[in-house]
Amino acid sequence: MIRVQNLVKTFGSFTAVNDVSFDVAAGEIFAFLGPNGAGKTTTIKMLTTLLHPTSGSIQLDGLDPRTHQNEVRKRFGIVFQDPSLDGDLTAWENMEIHGVLYHVPHKVRRHRSEELLKLFELWERRNEQVKKFSGGMKRRLEIARGFLHTPKILFLDEPTLGLDPQSRNQLWNHVRRVNEAEGVTVFLTTHYMDEADRVAHRIGVIDHGKLVAQGTPKEIKEQTGAESLEDAFLKLTGSTIRDESANSADQMRQFAKMWSGGRR
Amino acid sequence: MSAIYILWLRELKRYVRSRAQIVASLGQPLLYLLALGFGLSPVFKRAGYGDYLQFIAPGVIGMSVLFSSIFSGLGLLWDRQFGFLKETLVAPVPRLQIMIGRTLGGATVAVIQGLLVTVVSLIAGFRPAHFFTVPLALGFMVAIAIVFAALGVAIGSSLQDMQGFQLIMNFLVMPIFFLSGAMFPLVGLGRVLTFITRLDPLSYGIDGMRSMLLARSAFDPRIDLLVLAVIGCVLLIIGAYRFSKIEI
Repeated sequence: MIRVQNLVKTFGSFTAVNDVSFDVAAGEIFAFLGPNGAGKTTTIKMLTTLLHPTSGSIQLDGLDPRTHQNEVRKRFGIVFQDPSLDGDLTAWENMEIHGVLYHVPHKVRRHRSEELLKLFELWERRNEQVKKFSGGMKRRLEIARGFLHTPKILFLDEPTLGLDPQSRNQLWNHVRRVNEAEGVTVFLTTHYMDEADRVAHRIGVIDHGKLVAQGTPKEIKEQTGAESLEDAFLKLTGSTIRDESANSADQMRQFAKMWSGGRR
Repeated sequence: MSAIYILWLRELKRYVRSRAQIVASLGQPLLYLLALGFGLSPVFKRAGYGDYLQFIAPGVIGMSVLFSSIFSGLGLLWDRQFGFLKETLVAPVPRLQIMIGRTLGGATVAVIQGLLVTVVSLIAGFRPAHFFTVPLALGFMVAIAIVFAALGVAIGSSLQDMQGFQLIMNFLVMPIFFLSGAMFPLVGLGRVLTFITRLDPLSYGIDGMRSMLLARSAFDPRIDLLVLAVIGCVLLIIGAYRFSKIEI
């Protein structure tokens, strides 16, 4: 379903993704793990047509995101790592826009929006502007929105960041359900190793833009001789802490926070 | 088509919900109308050009349409920062439709803003020469709105963050306004200034409005419309191209 070969992305002299190759089979749940700034999000951006690779090839369902942008976009859904909601609109309106953009028929759209908003406990507040939501609620709305249409491939970029255990549980149950019932291929990243261990069929570990290990959770544990996936991860990627430099978007958010009295 | 509609509707909803901003955005036009309109009126009259308030009103209306439409295009920068842009960019909708939805939405908002300022200037004492040409003036308002909403999108697509905003404001938006003949008649100017005002698309928009509202103009209104249509098409193409090249 996803085939990546010798993928490279450089920003100036910095190489964010360095010669990465992997395959994700149809119907598989693939977890992409790595420390901050390892190149996970950059890879997802290239897979989802938001960035052009410097070199290497990508195929989604047999199509190249570079040449068949629209065809590729029809095939996937994505929950982004950072917010992508419109704060001035209500929860319901955010769902509506998404449904229209993804060509979900009117009736199905209403029905599924209701179902999902109830599932993620946002139904009561569907008519409130999203900017009044707490961080966790926004996150839940993003996820609910991601499930509104049924794509062939679902990208989840650190979906559980800032979620409470209850919502996290809901999320993974739902992911498993769509994966089993509708055969959706799932490509996810997370910092919680227990989640990856529990949900993923296969795992890829990326560090400094290079893929350092690949296999089932069990294989990876065996390869490194570690008890848990967390230990295996630390063995593979070392224990130094990584810092991402703040990008301009983060700086802007900081700025906006200052001006709107922290309401955004 | 439904994608264009929903994104157009989004711009409108955002506008209607920002009441404080709507009120704030009427402050500047009001100041120009009252302070300059009445303040410069005696001098203007002595120069034999008639009532300055009547003269400046179409200019001030054009100004608010200009600001409102360019800012709506630059709203792209906010969407980029707050992430909503990504949501639209990965959707299975041609980027052209997304760009058109946004641009039309921004243009509609700008026209509403222009109409609000028109009402304000009517209250301040502005009186159109003929009422039956007022709808034609509205047509020019729409043309101005589309031209500059497209320009806004073209610029918004090319900037990464708000740091360039002040630059755009001081070296593009303000000059477009001040050199458009919104504040002064485009007659008897020096060679250089005449040349520059001819390059400014807003000159034709405001001239067109003035010829419809006041029955006085520097150019033929048909030429005004032609120039605006051509520039509008060019900017829409550039805007669509720049928008299609956005990477996040």
